[in-house]
Amino acid sequence: MDYVAPKTAMEASEALVQDGAFALAGGTDLLVKLKTKFISPNIVVDIKQVPKITSIEESMDGWWIGAATPCAEIVEHESLCQDWPGVVEALSLIGSTQIQGRATLGGNLCNASPAADSVPALIAANGTCVISGQTGEREEPIENIVISPGATVLAKGEFILGFKLPKPPSGSGDAYLRLIPRSEMDIAVVGVGTSVSVDKNKKITSIRISLGAIAPTQVILDGLEDIFIGKEPDEDSINKLVSLAESACRPIKDKRGTIEYRTKIAGVLAKRTLNIAYERATNH
Amino acid sequence: MSKTHVSTQINGDSYEFLCNTQQTLLDILRHELDLTGSKEGCSTGDCGACSVMMEDRLVCACLVLGVEANGKEIETIEGLSSGSSLDPLQQKFIDLAALQCGICTPGVLVAAKALLAKNKNPSEEEVRFWLAGNLCRCTGYDKIVRAVLEIAAEARNT
Amino acid sequence: MNDMTQTNFERALKIVGSRPARPDGVDKVTGRALFGADKSLPNMLVGRVLRSPYAHAKILSIDTSKAEKLKGVKAIITSVDFEDFPSEFVPNGEMVVNMKDITRNVMAREKVLYVGHTVAAIAATDEDIAEQALALIDVKYEVLPHVLEVEDAEKSDAPLLHDDMMTIGVEPAPTSASNVAKRVEFGFGDVEKGFSEADLVVEREFTTQQVHQGYIEPHACLASVSEDGQAELWCTTQGPFVVRNFCSKLLGFNAAQIRVTASEIGGGFGGKTVVYLEPLALALSRKSCRPVKMEMNRAEVFTASGPTSGAKIWVKIGVKNNGQITAGDCILKYQAGAFQGAPVGPGAMCAFAPYDLTNVRAVGYDIVVNRPKVAAYRAPGGPISEYGVESVIDEIALKIGMDPIDLRLKNAAKEGTIAPYGPKLGPIGMIETLEAAKDHPHYSAPLGPNQARGVASGFWFNIGGETSSSITINEDGTVGLTLGTPDIGGSRASMAMMASEELGVPMELIKPIIGDTNSLGFNFLTGGSRATFSTGTTVVESTREAIGELKKRAALLWEVSLDQVEWVDGHARLISGDEPKTMSLAQIAKQAGKTGGPIMANCSMNVTGAGPSLGTHIVDVEVDKETGRVSIIRYTAIQDAGKAIHPAYVEGQLQGGAVQGIGWALNEEYIYNDKGELENTGFLDYRIPVCSDVPMIDTVIVEVPNPNHPYGVRGVGETPIIPPLAAISNAVSRATNKRFDELPLSPPKVLAKLMHG
Repeated sequence: MDYVAPKTAMEASEALVQDGAFALAGGTDLLVKLKTKFISPNIVVDIKQVPKITSIEESMDGWWIGAATPCAEIVEHESLCQDWPGVVEALSLIGSTQIQGRATLGGNLCNASPAADSVPALIAANGTCVISGQTGEREEPIENIVISPGATVLAKGEFILGFKLPKPPSGSGDAYLRLIPRSEMDIAVVGVGTSVSVDKNKKITSIRISLGAIAPTQVILDGLEDIFIGKEPDEDSINKLVSLAESACRPIKDKRGTIEYRTKIAGVLAKRTLNIAYERATNH
Repeated sequence: MSKTHVSTQINGDSYEFLCNTQQTLLDILRHELDLTGSKEGCSTGDCGACSVMMEDRLVCACLVLGVEANGKEIETIEGLSSGSSLDPLQQKFIDLAALQCGICTPGVLVAAKALLAKNKNPSEEEVRFWLAGNLCRCTGYDKIVRAVLEIAAEARNT
Repeated sequence: MNDMTQTNFERALKIVGSRPARPDGVDKVTGRALFGADKSLPNMLVGRVLRSPYAHAKILSIDTSKAEKLKGVKAIITSVDFEDFPSEFVPNGEMVVNMKDITRNVMAREKVLYVGHTVAAIAATDEDIAEQALALIDVKYEVLPHVLEVEDAEKSDAPLLHDDMMTIGVEPAPTSASNVAKRVEFGFGDVEKGFSEADLVVEREFTTQQVHQGYIEPHACLASVSEDGQAELWCTTQGPFVVRNFCSKLLGFNAAQIRVTASEIGGGFGGKTVVYLEPLALALSRKSCRPVKMEMNRAEVFTASGPTSGAKIWVKIGVKNNGQITAGDCILKYQAGAFQGAPVGPGAMCAFAPYDLTNVRAVGYDIVVNRPKVAAYRAPGGPISEYGVESVIDEIALKIGMDPIDLRLKNAAKEGTIAPYGPKLGPIGMIETLEAAKDHPHYSAPLGPNQARGVASGFWFNIGGETSSSITINEDGTVGLTLGTPDIGGSRASMAMMASEELGVPMELIKPIIGDTNSLGFNFLTGGSRATFSTGTTVVESTREAIGELKKRAALLWEVSLDQVEWVDGHARLISGDEPKTMSLAQIAKQAGKTGGPIMANCSMNVTGAGPSLGTHIVDVEVDKETGRVSIIRYTAIQDAGKAIHPAYVEGQLQGGAVQGIGWALNEEYIYNDKGELENTGFLDYRIPVCSDVPMIDTVIVEVPNPNHPYGVRGVGETPIIPPLAAISNAVSRATNKRFDELPLSPPKVLAKLMHG
């Protein structure tokens, strides 16, 4: 196995084009796969020295979060936490303190697990990512990246350079919750990210909910607008949300949960994240 | 297969080693440099027994490649005490019996030290969540958490 | 063995009962302490194991020729390198083992019986070569149907793990083989008559899953056998002498040929009482004449060491309306893993042992399945059977409207009670722990919404056994202690404290070490909550012998008769005479050369009279009724320690055991797929409690002295894992008004019960 640490995006892409090349960011998934012989790379391309890939920047348009920025660094960014508390909560749940010191948003997305904590929150936040490749950069919505467990749309030589989040308009709030058996150190049995905006009268003007670990890839709930736009959430609309979330589930039964359990929890967490996000939006 | 030359700082001292690219930082510390204070409990980042500081960030040495340590500053349990004096946290662990078998202790101490560097006044809940990645099977965590809280309180009062 | 005039129950104690720093503390907090994997030797090879991918298969052939040709491979071993043994149960310390099974568990012979079963092992110059060589070994298998659960394994058409296994303990003796290794029964009286006298009879079936000790240090060892057959073995173990005996039998060494040195041990809980890698490393080293180091990875620990049984149990208890139990009956079916030896005997013995009963019966079955062979795990068998009994007791308390502690007090075992397994109990602390629980502020504290409180008690026998230790008085007045039971949780401190108390010299002057197998007589292992009791007894005895010798030397120096000398506060003192005359230990030691030579003493004995330890735990849980998640809100563990030598380490045992029990109750379980492969082979999905899962664990140490120990010590290590299972299940049942009868109480299981009943 070879190792390179390219200094530019182009060099990184050239290295990643090779057969058996794997990108290394925080390594918290890659090294486990190496150790358990799940993968046998010919070359590991450490992308952390590529410009912009470990930076966090705020501009008029919104936020840039470098794809290889350790979560621990993102969590320390106060104004980002204020703008997107749900996104930051989600990424702060990826593993232990030690894992946070290394794990990255790019890795969490490209590992392409249905249970990735940051992904539903990023989708709910209307996040996009900038993909760098041999022919330059392109931007894609987060929900377009993962196509099936373990597989992404990234072509040979491509890697994620960073993530863009809009500046939330006033009256916005987001939230992420996951269900794990313990209080820490587990993979999400279900994860739900929710983002809402409200007008001055606390009526919902936009709503977006994404669910993780209940289907092969993250799911965006359809039909929320009809239920919520122009209204405050009430018992009836929340019950509809719960049914909508439950019926969106196409989960598997595995060591982490049954189909019935995942389906039930999807509804519960959709409801709970909406309550938190709505509360935040009305106070924003 | 040729090996990669790596230069690094460990506990303030310069180290150079030749590294097979598959070797983790933990493999290097334990097998190449005889720094066996960092323990291997799982090699998948789930137990925290190999906790070290890299560039002032708490990480699992089993999830860092040895080659990534090039040019980096690493701190391990071996660097926690200075000369013949223990770090107050080490002494507190002994005084409060915050260890039984001791296999998790180096990792717990490195992690707890990192917490106190960042947060001088952690709540019990903050200590517990910060240390959630350090598995201990003997103590039930009670005395570990008490030791960290006590040392934080003492540091604030001096 | 113990002269009652010398007991210290009433004596004012200076050291015992205090909380000094442990002698090995600095080594443990600096990373200096050397554990199993921390040692290396020049010219060392790396050993690796080839493991079965199948749960049950015949081994048709093993071809190692390609692997042997790989450059860097220095030795390969398979079952042909191990002698076979007839089926015969032989003692090893206090264990009874069947060498036919042990050799097959260490290295599969005719068949593989679980995924992970060792098939071959390799020693090579480095890890990569060893891994490559493993892939070159060609094993041909004939895959057989497998069986994982006791209810399937006991069926007449179940796949048989052992063609020759006839159930022991049934009349008439069976004529055909089965997976049921043995039946045991304990009890007395007439349970049917007892049930007929009851106002209320509650019976219920329970299921528990297989769980692992979960020690953080994987198994590891370093063996070096020289050309003349002398062997050195460094390993992480609870019992170096037991390892020596196993390895010498398995490999045809004599005991003196193998010197075993126990490393510092990173947790064991019973799991490091048998051998896995050690005989392999010795065999590889013998073949290559080079040191061989072997380590398990975490997945190997889960699949190929010795977890404890999952079980199916049935419990039936009858009571009068006033709470008087009229009869107790239970049937326990425990998984043994691939070879017989489930801890169902002790499970049956202690199921009803906290209670004073007239009609009681406990029946147990030891059933083999295609899982790793179980090993001891903290109070082996006890948590499972007592979980069932303590759950039914709680259900009865609710049904008759009685406080659950009062119900237990009404039936509590006490001094003079005939235990269900036969003997009359000496002084025990069941009543005292229950009363302490009832008086504890926790028991009457208010509860929040969705919260409830559970209580359960636990009984464990504790053991003594063969023990040997020695004491040396150095010329400068310092003291060396050589102990034969590895220190897992601070026992060096307790031993030094007892010696310090006896001698009257400061504990800092006493240096305890763990000796190797050539330095002492046989020691049974650290286990059965025996170290502080048994090794402590020998330390006190040998210290007293050394004091006798010190007095003799003083008498010689003073030229008086021995009866004129007494020992007070680290000094010999002349009893008669006009002026008080004393001589310190150091002064006597300095002159030892001219009074007869070095001063040392040892004590080797088979220690008897271990006192059972009883515990009662109180737990508050909160149940999220929408998700089924259970949180532990408050926890108090109360236990009779007899006498706490070092209270902080006794508390530590209570806290650690309680949290292991919390893990067993809430989330830990072996999860197998339909191929018989373990699906959760790491700490990510084998969910032991993490720091943020638990609150502080309050403790109350009750002291009802054990008359058979000079300071009244009872073992405390095992009992604390027993009550949590039922205490938590009882609390969850009370919080939800549903009676739970299955562990673990993981969120999906709890929610399913709440949804479907």
